[in-house]
Order: sequence, then C-alpha cells, then structure tokens
Amino acid sequence: MNTLASDPAKSGQQESSKPLGKGLLDPVRRYGEYVLGGALAIGMLVSIWAAFLGTPTDAVQGDVQRIMYFHVPMALLAFFAFFVVFVASIVYLLRRDERWDWLARASAEVGVVYTTMVLICGSIWGKAYWGTWWDGEPILTTTLILWFIYVAYLLLRFYSGRTESGARNAAVLGIIGFVDVPIVHFAVTWWRGLHPTGYVLNGATPDTPASVFLALLLAMATFTLLYAFLLLQLYRLERYTTEAERLRAQVEYGDDSAS
Amino acid sequence: MRTFQTGWQQLWSIVGKDLRSELRARQVWVAMALFSALVMIVFYFAFDLRVENRAPVAPGALWIAFVFASVLGLGRTFAAEQEHGAMDRLLLCPVDRQVIFLAKLIGYLIFLAVVEAIAVPLFAAIYNLPILSGGLVVIVVLGTVGIATMCTLFAAVASATRAREVILPLLVFPLLIPVVIGAVRATQSLLIPVVNDPPWPGLLAAFDVIFVTLSVLFFQFVVED
Repeated sequence: MNTLASDPAKSGQQESSKPLGKGLLDPVRRYGEYVLGGALAIGMLVSIWAAFLGTPTDAVQGDVQRIMYFHVPMALLAFFAFFVVFVASIVYLLRRDERWDWLARASAEVGVVYTTMVLICGSIWGKAYWGTWWDGEPILTTTLILWFIYVAYLLLRFYSGRTESGARNAAVLGIIGFVDVPIVHFAVTWWRGLHPTGYVLNGATPDTPASVFLALLLAMATFTLLYAFLLLQLYRLERYTTEAERLRAQVEYGDDSAS
Repeated sequence: MRTFQTGWQQLWSIVGKDLRSELRARQVWVAMALFSALVMIVFYFAFDLRVENRAPVAPGALWIAFVFASVLGLGRTFAAEQEHGAMDRLLLCPVDRQVIFLAKLIGYLIFLAVVEAIAVPLFAAIYNLPILSGGLVVIVVLGTVGIATMCTLFAAVASATRAREVILPLLVFPLLIPVVIGAVRATQSLLIPVVNDPPWPGLLAAFDVIFVTLSVLFFQFVVED
C-alpha cells in the first residue's frame, strides 16, 4: 500500500506510486491550496456582505430570515458530504485502497460539523420565526437522526483505532447509514400523519428579488469551497497520522507490520 | 460450489449450537426477560398512566423494552463468542458468510421470541390492555426481525472495537428509528383504530426486507480477516 501518493481528490485516484501528471500538475499541487484558500476567504467576505447588506430584509420574518443564506447551503453540503462518505466507503470495500478510507473519514468529519451548525442555526431561526427551538417537523427530525448516525460513525472510528477491520466496519456503517436516511425520512414523514409541511424555501414567489437568489448561490459556492478546503486539510491529517503511526510502529517493533 | 442443501444443514447446525450453549448457560435470556419487564414497570410509573392515556402511550413502553433488551442481550452474546474464540473458529469452517449471518440471526430471533413470549402477556397484564391478538403477533414478529437484524450485524461490528457494550446502542438506535416508529404506530392502531393511517405492518415488512438484504450483503466485510 502506497502511503506517499498524492491526493486522490486532485490526481484522479491513481494507484501508481508516481503522482499523476508530474510536471503538468505540479503548480496545481503546490499552489492549488493557496488559490482555494484565497478564493474561500474572498467568497466568505462577499457572502457575508451579501447576506447582511446586499439583500433586502424579508417582509414577513424580518432580519432573522438572513440565516437562510448560511443554513440552506450548509444543509445541502452536509448531505453531499455524507454522500461522499457513502461513495468512498463503497469504493474502499471494492478496492481496499486506504486513501478512500481517509477520504470517507475526512468527509464524515466535515459533514458532522456542517450538520451541527445546521441544527444550531436552524433552531435559532425556528425560535425566532415559529416560536419554538424545535418541533417535530420531518426534515428537522431526519436531520437530527442523520447527525446521530454520523456521530456514531466517528465514534466507531475512534473506538476501532486505525486498523483495517475498523476501516471496513466503518465503511459498512457509512453505506448502511446513508441508505437508511431516506427510510428514516419516509417513516418520520408518515409518523406525522401525512400532513403537508411547508418548507421555508417554498415561500419564494416570482416577486422575490433576484439578489436573494444571487446571495444564496454565492453562499452555496462559498460553503462548497469551505467544504473542499476542510476536506483537503482533514484528508492530509489522516494521511500524516497514518504514516506517523506506521513509523512509530516501525521504531517500536522493528518492522512495518503495524497496519 | 456448495449446494443449497448443505447450506441449509450448516444453517441449522449453527443455530442448534447457539441454542444449546444458550440453554446451558441460561443466563442471558432470563436477564433479558426480567429487564424488559422492569423497563415496562419503570415506564408505568414514569408516565403515571391512567385509563384515558394508556392506549396511546403503552405501545411505546413495549417497544422501548424490546429494543433495550435486544441490545443488552446481544452485546453479551457476541462478547462471549469473542472471549472463547468461537467466532474465529466458526469463520475457519468452510461455511458461507451469508449462512453464518442468517444462522446468528435465526438463533437470536428464537431467543427473542422466548423473551417476548414472557414479556407480551406481562405487558398486557401490567397495562391492562386488551391487546393479545393475532395482529399483535404479526407486528411483534415484523418489528423483532428488523431490530434483530440490525443488532446482529452491528454487534459483530461493535465486538471488534474497544468499547463494544457502549457503542452498540449508539450504532443501532438511530438506524432503527423507522422500525420503532412503524412498530409503535402499528401496535397503537390495534388499540385505537386510526382512519387514513399508513399501512404500517406492510411498511415494517418492507423495512425488514431492506435491512435483511443489506446485512446479508455486508456481513462478509465485517467478519473478514
């Protein structure tokens, strides 16, 4: 197993020990992260400006509606992050390349952070608009269960240590957990007796100013960049931690059978 | 390639082995039945049930008792397997992983059936509800299959970690929410018929099919070594 290979997110998941496209992609590998970080910083500043100053105040909800510009992109990206866990887990079980396992773990971590933020800012929004921190609305309940599933995923990883069986078991949970999410949503919706529930976004009418959609798109792009940036950092952390543990085992036991 | 018949024989010999060892130890199922009775009693006091709120609340107590008891019993059973190395030896046998999983599942279902046969009449007596009927048996079987499937798969997952008893409920409970909702709602509708209710027994059966399929599919990755 080659541990020093390049980032699969950038190099197209090459199995070979040589990084893909040597020479051609070197600037990307060296400066890509700075470009990403710079774009993220600018995007975040512009998004904050757009959410607070660039868009009109909502006629019904007032200023609290501005939470939407952070809440909705984070919710969508949290779901995307868990989708990445799902895909990476399947590929890991098929190929047994530990880089896919690192990717799954990194994406689950970002996803849990996003979901936590979504639940917190969603509750604040709910308190201001509906008058309660929490109600049993299906999409809220599903999100909370989603959070529990992936926190359990991270705990399982923590208790398994960096072993191959731990990676396999986590991949199984990453797949079954994701398949379970629509089932949970379905059950929770029917549990509430098939009441139609109005989602906040459905309140958009043709009168909604274009700046609202633009700000939302901008926030979406920014949070995507943030996801990519965090994923890259966590992925690298995974790689270095695994390598460090392997080196430590080599020093302690005098061989490299640690994994 | 093994034939269907050998697979069938292997399945029942593993089930027989599990049941024999369980009957000889005779600890876990007694503890589980007692535990589920105790959970129902605690609920009885916690909710201060009267005639008018008994029917909507009591089914929840029944299913919480079952879910808790299943996790409790299975954590123990798999831990014993690991301690004595029985699982490793079973995996060395030329038996399909799917057969091993199904055998573990069937053994556990028989085991839960015994516990439930004690707990359900007790439940009807404690809560004084006219609930013992053929419909309840169907719902209990459907709900138990879903719970037992996820518990069996993730007990194998949890037994590979440092904290198996702690992590099993954390892994299993969120995944089991659909089954719990379906089972509780179906049991409630036996007591108070609801118009326009979703077909919960049918949904429970669908959840069971999905969970059993996924578990049979993925068990091989959990025990592969």
